[in-house]
Amino acid sequence: MGKRIGIEVSIAVAEAVKLCDVDVISAYPITPQTHIVERLSEIVADGELDAEFIPVESEHTAISVAAGASATGARVYTATSAQGLALMHEILFIVSSMRLPVVMTVANRALSAPISIWCDHSDIMAERDIGWIQTFAINGQETYDLTFHAFRVAEDHRVLLPAVVNFDGFTLTHVIEPIEMAEKEAVDRYLPPFQPKLRLDPDHPITMGPVGVPEIYSEARRQLEVSLLSSKKVIVEAWEEFGRIFGRYYHPIETYRTEDASTILITMGSATETAMLAVDSLRDKGQKVGLVYIRLWRPFPHEEFFEAVKEAKVIAVLDRAISYGMGGGPVFSEVKASLYNLTQRPYIKNFVAGLGGRDIPIENFIEMVDRAEFSAANGLPPTYEHLDVREE
Amino acid sequence: MVKIDAIMGWKKLNLGAAITEPGSASLFKTGSWRTQRPILDKEACIRCGRCWIYCPEAAYSPNGDGYFICNLDYCKGCGICAEECPVGAITMVLEEI
Ligand code: SF4
Ligand code: SF4
Repeated sequence: MGKRIGIEVSIAVAEAVKLCDVDVISAYPITPQTHIVERLSEIVADGELDAEFIPVESEHTAISVAAGASATGARVYTATSAQGLALMHEILFIVSSMRLPVVMTVANRALSAPISIWCDHSDIMAERDIGWIQTFAINGQETYDLTFHAFRVAEDHRVLLPAVVNFDGFTLTHVIEPIEMAEKEAVDRYLPPFQPKLRLDPDHPITMGPVGVPEIYSEARRQLEVSLLSSKKVIVEAWEEFGRIFGRYYHPIETYRTEDASTILITMGSATETAMLAVDSLRDKGQKVGLVYIRLWRPFPHEEFFEAVKEAKVIAVLDRAISYGMGGGPVFSEVKASLYNLTQRPYIKNFVAGLGGRDIPIENFIEMVDRAEFSAANGLPPTYEHLDVREE
Repeated sequence: MVKIDAIMGWKKLNLGAAITEPGSASLFKTGSWRTQRPILDKEACIRCGRCWIYCPEAAYSPNGDGYFICNLDYCKGCGICAEECPVGAITMVLEEI
């Protein structure tokens, strides 16, 4: 068992990356992600980690360097937030299609304008379709643990795909939390050295990312899609192994007090722990309310999600982003799509809240449950509501 | 049934569509796109090799006498060689069908 210490979550993530023995870190600072790579640059400069730290001039370059380094067979790490992630956009698709197992932490932050350095999920939601494995942490310990998991899954020869670990900007990045730190020996057991299947080597030249004429592009994309969909098996397996070694267990979909729940809240990220308190208080009053939080966002775990919500009559989905012009948030869209083929579909209502760092207090979750149940009971159309926003 | 004109199936494709056989670009004949072809005037040519260096398809190769000859299987007719030739020894002429 590792030692439990009080540590800022970003610093803990840097320590996790160090324990993973990465070869290359290429990064550009952006709030609220900065502390991770700042700490990593110290770790490398102090000789605690034998890695190349490449300070680049933009996030577009950060991810381009990561791609190039990974193509040579190095274990590569980067981290970013918001505008930084948006600036990486075009390269993110290339990393996944070239099957480069880069690991990136995204400290979720609102996209401009107006300029906001605070948390919401608009940055990663705009990157849903990049072909990366995407997980969400609800607290610091999870962020730390998911970092090891990301490398292990990404580099598995049955997967070979990049992975993003999401954790909320400020709410988690800058918080000091008691975190059980892993022993190096345990990490080494969990994460074997990276053995690339293909790599750039001047003695054995290959071409990565060639032109894909119409006679092959579809096949290349199909390969990526099938790999991402079938990575779920490895993702789950790697969580099981993580549990055996570290004693903490993770699942694609997590549930909290959902037994016999007729109404279920759906959350992702740090707001989840607040939602748990709301569920506790509603349960105390005798209401049959539970919570489901999505840990694995891509590949989306349809079966596990269905299992978790199948008994619910009413579902209230929290979104910390808006899918502009669609009427609702991206989590809402996915949840609805995932449950569409059921003959007995629950009533699904969407609440957009917590944009640009606005707090989502316990009362908000209670309100979501109340309003969703009220709308369902009165047969109102299951539209979305933007919660806690001044209308005048 | 819809006609599938794929070169190979996705399961057989290398990881990430990588090409593991070096130099295989030469299997892809780029000459069929051409609408103009370069014509060399050997009288004018000073054998400097710029056409050979600048050609994006590496269509030129030295012929042994110091001249550079274009392989029309690969020449895509871009006209760069004619543009770069310092003495105007290359003329682009329209391909007739
Ligand atoms: S026209 Fe273009 S492709 Fe053809 S030989 Fe000249 S430079 Fe090469
Ligand atoms: S660039 Fe012109 S002068 Fe030089 S070798 Fe080619 S054709 Fe001859």
